[in-house]
This record gives sequence, C-alpha cells and structure tokens, in this order.
Amino acid sequence: MAEPMKIRATLQGDVADVRILMLHPMETGQRKDAKGEIVPLHFIQSVVVTHNGRTVLDTQWSQAVSRNPFLGLRVKGAKAGDKISVTWVDNKGDKRTDEATVAPAS
Amino acid sequence: MPTTRGGFAAILLACLAAWGAALAQSDDPLAVGRKMLAEDNPGELWIERGKALFHQKRGPRNASLEQCDFGLGPGKLDGATAQLPRYFPDTDRVQDLESRLLTCMVQLQGFNRDDIVKRAISPAGSNGSDVEALALYITSRSNGMKMNISLSHQKEYDAYKAGEYLFYRRSGQTDFACLQCHGEANKRIRLQDLIHMTDKKGVQEVVSTWPAYRGAHFVVRTMQWRLYDCFWQMRLPELKYASDASIALTTYLHYQGNGAVIKVPGFKR
Amino acid sequence: MNNQRRHFLKLTGRVGALAAAFATGLVSSGRALAANWNKAGFESKALADVMNSLGATGAVESKDIVITAPDIAENGAVVPVAITSKLPNTQQISIVAEKNPFPLAATFDVSGGVEGYVSARLKMGQTSDVWAVVKADGKYFTARKEVKITVGGCG
Repeated sequence: MAEPMKIRATLQGDVADVRILMLHPMETGQRKDAKGEIVPLHFIQSVVVTHNGRTVLDTQWSQAVSRNPFLGLRVKGAKAGDKISVTWVDNKGDKRTDEATVAPAS
Repeated sequence: MPTTRGGFAAILLACLAAWGAALAQSDDPLAVGRKMLAEDNPGELWIERGKALFHQKRGPRNASLEQCDFGLGPGKLDGATAQLPRYFPDTDRVQDLESRLLTCMVQLQGFNRDDIVKRAISPAGSNGSDVEALALYITSRSNGMKMNISLSHQKEYDAYKAGEYLFYRRSGQTDFACLQCHGEANKRIRLQDLIHMTDKKGVQEVVSTWPAYRGAHFVVRTMQWRLYDCFWQMRLPELKYASDASIALTTYLHYQGNGAVIKVPGFKR
Repeated sequence: MNNQRRHFLKLTGRVGALAAAFATGLVSSGRALAANWNKAGFESKALADVMNSLGATGAVESKDIVITAPDIAENGAVVPVAITSKLPNTQQISIVAEKNPFPLAATFDVSGGVEGYVSARLKMGQTSDVWAVVKADGKYFTARKEVKITVGGCG
C-alpha cells in the first residue's frame, strides 16, 4: 500500500538541499466520502531522515499536514555520494523507506 | 539611536528594503505560494507509475504497451507527444495522445474501450487512473522538446479548422465560446487566472503544461479532462472522452502553441 | 476498562479512530512511536495549550525566525510554509496554525545535523496566523505571519 517517495538531494557547498515528495491520503477524519460517510483518520505521524545512517531529522506530524505531503530540509556536512534515507510511519502502522544519493552541485 | 548620517541612512535603507519586500508580495500575493508549490510537484510521482504501467503486461491479451505507435513508430516515445495530435493511417483518423492510448489499450492489451473511458478520469483524492499516469509518462518523454505538430494531412487540417471553429463558436445556455474566457489578457474567475489563448505566449503555456498535477484534486489531470471540465463550466453538453470535438480543439490549440517547450507535469491550483 | 484509558478516550474525543486504535493496541508496530508522539500537543485546541505542551509558554518573539509563506493561499488544503531559524543552536521547530481545529501541525527535531530550516505544506481551515515556535539553546522563541485562506482546507 505504501507508495514510493521521490527524494531529491543536491549539494550546495557542504549542505545537501533535500526535497521529499510522498504519496499519502493524510485523512483528517473530518472528510465525508461520496456516500456521506466519514473517511477515517489516516495520516503520517513520523518522518525520520538519516544521513549516512545517522538520524539528522526527526519529525512529528498531525493530520493537518497536506495530502501527498512535502518535506524540505538542509543537511549539514554533506558530500556528493552520501546516502539520504527517509522513513515515514503512519497512524495505522504502515511505513515506507526510500533512499537517495546526494548529487553534486548542478 | 544612531546619530551619524551613515547610521540613519542604514535604517532608511533597511526600511525601504523591508517595504519593498512587502510590496512585492502585495503586487502578486499568490505568486509566493504558487512558486513554492510548483518547485516540488507531487505529479512527478506519477511518472514512475506511468512507466511501470507502460511496460507491464496487462489486460485480457496480457501485453504491454511497448508496441504502441504514437506516430514515430512502435514503442518510440521520445518526441512522440510533441507531434500529437496527428493522423494515423491504421485508424484513418486524427488522434491525440489519450485517444491513441485508448486505441493501443484496446488493440494490444484487449481492454474494453468503454471500461477504460469510464475510469480514465479518476476521482479527486484517489490514487489516479492508469490513463492519467500513462499520459504523463509518455508526455514526459518529450520534456525539453518543442511542440511541433503539422497539418500536412488533409484530416489534420480539417481537425484544426474544426477546433478553431469550436473555439470561437458561442453556444449553449450561457452563450459562451472559449473566447469569452480566454480571449483577453488579465482575466480571472475568482482567484483562477484565465490564460489568454489568443496570445502566442498564453497558448504555448497551455500546450506545454499538460498533463498536470491538479493541487485541489491531488491527482494528475490531462488535456482531455481540462477540455471536459471547461465544457462543464460553460454548461455545455458533456464533451465525450477522446471525441472528435475534443481532438479538434486539441489540434487547434497545439498548432497555435507550436514552438512551446514541453515541461510536464505542470502544476495547477 | 481502567480510569486512565477512560480519561484518555474522553480526551481524544474527535480523534475517534486513532483513540480506538491506541486503546485496542492496533498501532502495534508504532508502539514506541505512539509513546513519543506529542499527543497532548497535537490534540490541543487552543494556541495557549499548544504552547504549554511544547514547554514554550512565555516564549519571546524573535526576528531571527523567518516564515516563508504566501500572503494569500489559493488552496487552504495545501499551504506551503518554510521556517528558517537563524538562532544559534536551533534544536526544534514547530509550526502552528492558530485558527485550525487542532493548531499544532508539525514538530521538527533539527538538533541532529540539519540547518534550522524546514519546509512543509499544511491544511489551513481559515485565514489565520501561522506561528513558528523554535527551541534554541534551551529557550523558546516565536514568529508569526498571517496567511489568508480563500477556500478552507480541512473537510
């Protein structure tokens, strides 16, 4: 069920500009479907980003984060070829991990 | 409180800079948001999906779309969308990308045409349809290339003229033609900017940014959807999916937009 | 059902499905996550309660926090917000949409090797101030910016 993310990591000096696009319904639990029934709460609660295996960003989200979420961050002390890994976990226990390599400055 | 001239000048400059920055947003208060959203477009996630669907063996015939001819030969995708719509001898008609996809999904994969049409436009907030993902993937293979359709075949020319006629023809209970909304600069409906399509730059923007991620729907939308929705907005009878009328309008717009550099997925409100 | 669980369920009120999931232990693989997740903060309905849950009551406004967000958002369901904190030793950034039903939208622990910068997209129900609550060097600071919403993004 968990769909792949798209991770872009580009070097700017010694900082990696990381941009992550995710696919997730991020349901608020307030929306009604076509039949008039409430669509249950279903959202990403945690996103963890690692740099060469070390956790660099730990986030907690609420259902107020948009559907098909985006996350942008800037990782210090990065080099081209470094590994960026992103893991999200949602309130149903679904999770997804994707990786990318830091690209050299364009 | 600085008393030197230099100090005062510094404060004045700082105030002007802040005021200038504030003024810039108030000139176009929607611009910052639009730019931030377009820079990272969730629509890009549909490209991989479309690629997988293209190569996957599907349908009653358990075949992929790798042999589908989009005008440059079976399976040749690079630059194909830049030359659509065009005349196809095997179907003896002018077809746009989605119409051609339908042809291949039916002939190569054995899908039922009505079934595909029924689900071609996905519900807002869904995972999107296979057609939407495929249309985006195939068009992305023309990214960076210029729209370059020709009207050398008689039927291509006829489609262009029919599309032109439809663009300017007032009809229905609102007495609207496309021209009413898209014939002048700086028009909008509430917050929605209306592209000036009788202007070269405007129509080039249109033809180079579809399929696009429609932010409010959270899915990728196609040109067929866009035209269908316009007809709905105009309270005209339903524009049927991949109909001759829709292909005619697309032919007209693409020819007007020739030279535009394709860059998909676009990002729409 | 013990008193704690009854109290917990009452507290979570509208967050029905989530509460039920916690109560019945369905969020099993995220048990550690559930323990860490700032439930009190995310379920607070008032800005003051959110600030309290973050430990940020009495935070000072700081010009070293920049909020990049549109003056007017075309779609309240997708409002881009970027926070840049120039405060030395920035440890944590939270984004709060004051007039949302549950104002706390996200908390980022930035103490591990990233710059004091995050960018995300939020749902906003109505025109409201967006607050950045930043923990730097053990102390709390805030900044805010009004974002006008034309079409609300919650339902």
